[in-house]
Amino acid sequence: MRAEQSRGRAAVDGLVRSILPVILALIVAGLIILAMGSNPLDFFAGVWTYGITGTNWQRSLVLMAPLVIVAVGLIIAFRGQLWNLGYNGQYLLGAVVASGFGPYLFAALPAWLATIVIFLGALLVGAVWSLIPAILKARYGTNEIITSLVMSFIGVGIANLLIKGPFKDPSTPQPQTAVIPDDQLLPYIPGTAIHIGLLIAIVLAIVAQFVFTRTSFGLRMDIFGASPKAARHVGINSTWMVILLFALSSALIAFAGAVDVLGQYSYQRANWDPHYGDAVMPFVFLARLSPLAAIPLVAFYAVLATGGTLAAQQAGLNVDFLLVIVGLILIFMTITEYVGEKRRLGQSYLPPGLRRTLLRPFQGTPSPRASAQERVGEPIPPDTPVSESAPETAPATATDPAPAPEARTS
Amino acid sequence: MTDMLSAAFVTVFIASVIGQAMPLILASVGETIGEQAGVLNLGIEGVMLVGAYSGFIVTLTTGNFWLGMLAGAVGGVVANLAMLVLNVWLGLNQIVIGLAITLIGEGITSVLYLQNNAKSNTSLGTAPALSIPGLSDIPVVGPSIFQQSGIFWVAIVLVIVAGFFLSRTNWGLSIRAAGQKPSSLDAAGGSVIKIRSHAVILGGAFVGLGGAYLAELTTATFTPFITNGLGFIAIVITMLSRGRILIVAITSVVYGFTVAVGPALQVLGYNVPADVIKMIPFIVVILTLIVFARSSVVPPALGAPYIRGAR
Repeated sequence: MRAEQSRGRAAVDGLVRSILPVILALIVAGLIILAMGSNPLDFFAGVWTYGITGTNWQRSLVLMAPLVIVAVGLIIAFRGQLWNLGYNGQYLLGAVVASGFGPYLFAALPAWLATIVIFLGALLVGAVWSLIPAILKARYGTNEIITSLVMSFIGVGIANLLIKGPFKDPSTPQPQTAVIPDDQLLPYIPGTAIHIGLLIAIVLAIVAQFVFTRTSFGLRMDIFGASPKAARHVGINSTWMVILLFALSSALIAFAGAVDVLGQYSYQRANWDPHYGDAVMPFVFLARLSPLAAIPLVAFYAVLATGGTLAAQQAGLNVDFLLVIVGLILIFMTITEYVGEKRRLGQSYLPPGLRRTLLRPFQGTPSPRASAQERVGEPIPPDTPVSESAPETAPATATDPAPAPEARTS
Repeated sequence: MTDMLSAAFVTVFIASVIGQAMPLILASVGETIGEQAGVLNLGIEGVMLVGAYSGFIVTLTTGNFWLGMLAGAVGGVVANLAMLVLNVWLGLNQIVIGLAITLIGEGITSVLYLQNNAKSNTSLGTAPALSIPGLSDIPVVGPSIFQQSGIFWVAIVLVIVAGFFLSRTNWGLSIRAAGQKPSSLDAAGGSVIKIRSHAVILGGAFVGLGGAYLAELTTATFTPFITNGLGFIAIVITMLSRGRILIVAITSVVYGFTVAVGPALQVLGYNVPADVIKMIPFIVVILTLIVFARSSVVPPALGAPYIRGAR
C-alpha cells in the first residue's frame, strides 16, 4: 500500500519536474515578448493556430520524425555519459548523403532499394564521422565536448561544399541539390500527409527503450555511464564502449537527416541548418533519458516550432526567438531539479550516474573534516547527520549549497 | 607572385591577423581565468554575442568606441551572472547552463538586432587611430601595428595584467587552487565560492570585451551569430595553453593567421570557396588536438561545483 502510494507520488513528481520548467520558460518568454513590445498572447495563440488547428498538426508531426530520431541518438550518448555535441554536423552530413546521392540512386535502383542504400549510407557516414572524437576520448581522454563541437563545424562546412560543388543541381542557379521526384520519397501514412519516417522514429524509440531497460547491453551502458571504473571491474571494455556509443549516437543523428530529406524536403539547400540537436537537448533531459518519455515532450516542441515559426513572424519577432525559449527551458530545468533535490520530492529524472555528473558535488578527495572523522573510525558517513538535521525549508544561501545527493535506499 | 610581398598587401594582411586574433585573445583570457578556477564556461559563445551586441548598440548610439567597449564588458558580466548564480552558488551542471547561455545569447541578440537595427545603418565606421610617434612611420609594420586604435593597446595591457595577476599574485594562486584542489583552498582559509565568483565575473568581462572588440574594431558592425564558433575555439585554446597567457596569445595569433589567409588568397586570385575558408581554423584546431591530444590538460576540479564536506 505504502509502496504503491510512494510510487504514485514519484510518478506525479516526475511529471511535475518534467512539465514545470516548460511552463516557467514559456511564462518568462511571454514576459520577454511583452518587453519587446509585442503581445505574448498573440504569439501563443499563433503557436496554437499554426501548430495544431486545421491540418497544421500534420506538419507538426512531420517535424517530429527527425526530432525523435535525434533525441534517441542523443540519449544513447548521454546515457553513457558522453557529451556528443557534434549533432549539427552529423545531421547535415546524413542529410547530404540522401540529397546528394538520392537523385542518382533513385534513377538507377527501385525506390525501396535506393531508400535502404541511402539509409545505410547515412548511418555509416554518421558512425565514421564520430570516430575522431571517440578515439581521442577513448585513447587520451580528450574532452569530447570540444572535439565533437569542432568536428560539427567542419561537418557543416563539408556539407555546404558538397551541395555547392559535386552535388549541385546544374539546372538551377541556386546552390541546392537536384529534387528527388515525389513518388520516390517515403510514402505517406494512409489518409494523412505524414510520411512513414514518423513511424520509423517511434519504432526506433520503442526498440531503444527496450534495449536500454531490458537487455544486458542496456545495463552495461548504464554501468559504464555511472562509472567507467566500475565498468572496467565488471569486464566492460571502456575503449570499445566509448567508440560504440559515439558511433551509434552519431549514426542515428545522421540517419535523422536522411529521413528528413527523403520524407519531407526532397532536396537540400546550402547553408541550411535546422539545429535540431540544440532544440531537442532540453527535452531529452526532461524525459530522464528515456526514449519513450521523450516522445510527448518532442511532440510539444514540434508544435511549438511549427506554430512558433509563423507566430514569431506575426508577432514581429525573429525565428531565433525559439532558441531563447529552449535556453530558458534548460535553465529552469536545472533549477527545478535543484529545488526538487532540495526538497527530496522523490526520484530524480536522470540515471544516478548522469545525475551525479549533472549535480556533481566535489568528488574524489575528502575534505579535511571528513577524512579526520574517517581516521577516527567513525562508521557513519560524515554528512548523514547534517542532511537529516537540516530543516527542509532552509533557504538556499549562497555559501551553503545543496547537501551531497546520496544514494537513497527506498 | 610579386603582389604577395607588396607593402600595401602585407600591411593589410597584418592588420587583418590582428583584427581576428584580438577578440580571440580577450575571450580566451576570460575563459582561462574561469577555467583555472574550475568553471568551464560553455556559454562563452553566448557571452561574446551579448558583449558584441551591447558594444555595438552603445557605439552606434553614442559614437564613442570606448563607451562601447565598456558596455561590452558589462554585457559580458551580466550574461555570466547566470553561470555565477546557478553554477558557482547553487552547484548546478555547468555544461547544461553553458549551453543554455549560448542558446539564449544567440537567440536574444539575433532577435534584438533584427528588430531594432536590421533596417537602418549599422556601420560603425573606423575607430580613431592612435599613431605612435616615430614607430608609426616604419613601412609595413607602422601602419598595420602602430596606427591601431587606442583600444588595441589597452586590450594588450589588460591581457598582460591578467597574465601577471594569474601567475604572480596570491589572488592568482587562489584561483588556480580553486581549480586544482578546492578543498586545499578551503582548508587554507580561502573561500572557494568567493574566488570562483571573482573568476566568473572577471572572465565575463574579458569575454564581453572580446565580443565588443570583434563587433567594433574587427568587423565594425554586428550581424546575428557574428562569432560563428569563435567561443568554442577559445575553449580549445584555453585547454591547450593550460592557463599560460603567453601561449594563449601565440595560438590566438596563429588562429588569426588562418582566418586572414583565406581572404588574402582570394585577393591574390586563388579561388578558395568561402566554406573552406570558414573551415580552416576548425581543421587546424582538430589537427592540433590530434597531435597534442596528451597535452590538453584541464584543472582536475573543472566542472565540479565545490560542496564543502562532500566526498
